[in-house]
Amino acid sequence: MNDTVLQYALVALLVLPLLGAIGALLPAPPGLKGRDPDQAVLRHGVSVTGAVLLLSIVLAAAFDYRHSARMQGSTDLSWIPALHIRIHLGVDGVSLPLIVLTALLTFLCALHAYFNMPEGPSPKAFVALLLLLEAGTLGTFAVLDLMLFFLAFEMVLIPMYFLIARWGGEGRDRAAFRFILYTLLGSVVMLLGLLLIGLKAGTFDMVALATDNGSKLSHSTQIIAVLAIGIGLAVKAPMWPLHSWLPDAHTAAPTTGSVLLAGVLLKMGTYGLVRIVLPIAPQGAHFFAPYLAAFAVVGILYGSLACLALGRKGNRGDLKRLIAYSSVGHMGFVLLGIATLTPTGVNGALFANIAHGLITGLLFFLVGAVKERYGSTDLDRLAGDGGAALYGTAPRLGGLLAFGAVASLGLPGLAGFWGEMLAMFGSFHPAAGLSRPAYLTYLALAAFGTLLTAAYLLGVVRRVCMGERSAEAVRLADVRGFEFAAWSPLVALTVLAGLWPAALLGLTDPAVRILLGGH
Amino acid sequence: MTELAGGLVQSVDWLAVAPPTILAVVALVVLVADLFVDEAREPLLGWASVGGMVLAGLALLPLLGGDRSTFCLTTGAHNCSYVADHFTLAIQLLVIGGALLTALLSLHNQDRLPQGEFWFLLLSSAAGAALLPASRDLATLVVALEVVSLPAFALVGLRRGDRLSSEAALKFFLSSVTATAVMLLGVSFVYAATGTLHLTALADGLTHAPAQLATLARTGAVLTLVGFAFKLAVAPFHFWVPDTYTGAPLPVAAYLSVVGKAAGFSGLILVTVVGFRPYGDVWGPALAVLAALTMSVGNLAALRQRPEQARSAVRLLAWSSIGQAGYLLVPLAAAGYVTDQRHQIGATVSYALMYAVVNLGAFGVAALVLRSNALNRIADYRGLYASRPLAALALAFFLLCLAGLPPGVIGLFAKVVVFSSAVDAGLGWLAVIMAVNVVVALYYYLRWAALLFMRPEPAAGQAAPVVRAPASLTAAIAAAAVVGVALSGAPQLVLRFASGSLL
Repeated sequence: MNDTVLQYALVALLVLPLLGAIGALLPAPPGLKGRDPDQAVLRHGVSVTGAVLLLSIVLAAAFDYRHSARMQGSTDLSWIPALHIRIHLGVDGVSLPLIVLTALLTFLCALHAYFNMPEGPSPKAFVALLLLLEAGTLGTFAVLDLMLFFLAFEMVLIPMYFLIARWGGEGRDRAAFRFILYTLLGSVVMLLGLLLIGLKAGTFDMVALATDNGSKLSHSTQIIAVLAIGIGLAVKAPMWPLHSWLPDAHTAAPTTGSVLLAGVLLKMGTYGLVRIVLPIAPQGAHFFAPYLAAFAVVGILYGSLACLALGRKGNRGDLKRLIAYSSVGHMGFVLLGIATLTPTGVNGALFANIAHGLITGLLFFLVGAVKERYGSTDLDRLAGDGGAALYGTAPRLGGLLAFGAVASLGLPGLAGFWGEMLAMFGSFHPAAGLSRPAYLTYLALAAFGTLLTAAYLLGVVRRVCMGERSAEAVRLADVRGFEFAAWSPLVALTVLAGLWPAALLGLTDPAVRILLGGH
Repeated sequence: MTELAGGLVQSVDWLAVAPPTILAVVALVVLVADLFVDEAREPLLGWASVGGMVLAGLALLPLLGGDRSTFCLTTGAHNCSYVADHFTLAIQLLVIGGALLTALLSLHNQDRLPQGEFWFLLLSSAAGAALLPASRDLATLVVALEVVSLPAFALVGLRRGDRLSSEAALKFFLSSVTATAVMLLGVSFVYAATGTLHLTALADGLTHAPAQLATLARTGAVLTLVGFAFKLAVAPFHFWVPDTYTGAPLPVAAYLSVVGKAAGFSGLILVTVVGFRPYGDVWGPALAVLAALTMSVGNLAALRQRPEQARSAVRLLAWSSIGQAGYLLVPLAAAGYVTDQRHQIGATVSYALMYAVVNLGAFGVAALVLRSNALNRIADYRGLYASRPLAALALAFFLLCLAGLPPGVIGLFAKVVVFSSAVDAGLGWLAVIMAVNVVVALYYYLRWAALLFMRPEPAAGQAAPVVRAPASLTAAIAAAAVVGVALSGAPQLVLRFASGSLL
């Protein structure tokens, strides 16, 4: 009974945003015309994403938590028998939190846009693209067929491209093109890897492949496939040195674009590593794990150092860019956790994934609000010599920004702490066969990275929030009602995940153990 | 051959031969009617031709049941010259559908072309193309191939007084005639070695050919294939394509790139897979090399097209069609390596069907843009979304299908089928070259697609007023788009050929 509910909820979750996207392009039906067409379509966006969020809550409520390792709510239909491609959907403990996170963030973005539509062409296309993006991301987390995964993975690119290119800020054309070029080339390489696995193993079904645990794939096939798939996913994640599309894209994107990019899109890369690479090609994963860990650690340090440089006075650092670079660092922890190949590390990675989605989503919302009020996110212009004194001019906004920053630096008791701690804990005892000294070195470097992270985030808080409030400064609008509505769920969840990590870890752990080959 | 005449009389299955016959008859009717129709009523000829094509398409329906054959030898082994099996029907559907879309593309600008001749030539060429996949002996095959190409020369050169058009026609004519000559020489060698023209008997004859004739047979096979390579514009025999396409009237270029190519490919499939089956070890590797060469040459040249150049849109489509022909060759090459060739043939047919739909669609949008921008540069497509949103979306979809990217799902999976046929046959190197080519091609298709959605240049914005699109042209683009989207939703419709049996 419950499984039927899950099944229908999951299918509806994917179909609803697609129908909504088409609906957004059609003229509003009588009775729903609203004040004007723009308002009507934005409201349509809010109601559809709201319905999707409700569905995801239904999904979470109907989910059987005692068997979170099992695929639940499965739909398995034949689609292209010629290629053995099936429409196979399902949800387990790994994908459920990501689905809920996606639905939540998209809803908050739609809500934010309803009150504060970014400048650009008609909101009609904006809402349609937002819903298409949601369908693609939810699809990525819900499908269990390699080819469908690729389709969903690709489906996200086009709406994101247009969100940046059409509604973005300065330098958007270049940033958008760079975004699509990097991720497209990456995903073509990934496609080759997926095809290799599918053709060699004779099936594209992820569940069947994960059950085989790579036993039908030769060692060399696994290595080539993991290299190809890994490159595609690493571009998306992003892993240093394939990250260079990210800061530009984030800086140019509108607030909603940045939030979704950081909160959801980056997760698709790490999710793919956990869902595809670890269980389907374990030997290949084992071969590349130390390299992945090394790149991850470089990413952590590189991200923090870049942020430190951007945060310094006189460097004309952009606040949005700074948070984008901090994402590179945070995703480094996620990658490090995955690269340990231990349940501890992978659980930590998945936790950090969600935490990063919540916290960075919040931070991008906040920075968007700062930009709106000051007209700039240039730290030097914001802070001047003394500091922007946000505590004085807009105390609630300043407080939230400080909250986001300390959550991001991993203060115990908030969401950012557990994931990174577990990732490092995992690398203290990496999986059998991985060089322990190497991982201990990574651990030490990553720990140093957390110090650097704390340094730059506190520096940013000092420069933006503190400072002498000048007499002539106008009192800025503090947090408004809709902003409060959009941000408070993120704040609440950050605190909740920090205080009660077992809720999330208990969900992912059984599934992770299965994916890592234990039974 | 010493039987009495009575024993030699063949009964003709008119239903089986109906599709090409209807096209040919309507062609003659249109030609004759042209003499008696006054100028004001000339558009009727176009609609009559469209009706004939629809009729020919409907004539395929009763044949769906199963294999029919006619023009069979009444003595000895059961060898037939005309077979309407599923392979034939799939290609005939492609040919007739392609001709129909071409006709819709050309209905609106008939004032520039002589009416009766145009429709006569188009229908005759289509009749040949419909006959080609059904023919099962070398003589019928060559005759059908000539029926396809002879009217095509005239079609290319039909724009009177256009220097480029006549030059294009001449180039096309010379290269094609050379190809035919070479092919006929090859066919005669093969006949000399085996004493038969029927493809199935040929395969048998080649295995049992006397030792002293083996060289002759092999030379004949190679020459026949070279002839086909010319006709199909396979590198290194591709040089005539870009000039011919740019010089020809746009619908004719669309026709050549789809129907001409599909017909040629069906001939090549029949000759290699059925006729020269024992020589698989020779033509397999040869086709593999040609495939790699063709796709690389086509894609690299397409990459070098400059958007500002005059006629760059058609030129790019011409080079891209060469690249796509390379992909079409891949499963054919793979067929030389395996014993059960059904999947490989099916992969080629599926890919050809996909390519036909989206390429004709792309040409359709090009024809639409040509109406307001006579130069037909790629740069003219900048900001098309602002002035013609639906046409821009359709073109973007077609280009993504050609590139093989979602949402062009059918393009992606057709490529996957081709790719897997190469991997199955152990042609790993060819699969890698194909993958590299697909990535190269992404760049120019995407660049064009991205251009559609850019903001129009401020100066050029007013220069080109939006002309109302003619209904026939809209119908052609819409038909291609609908079929493309439907196939993307249910790729099995064409991909089933890749798993089923066709020949």
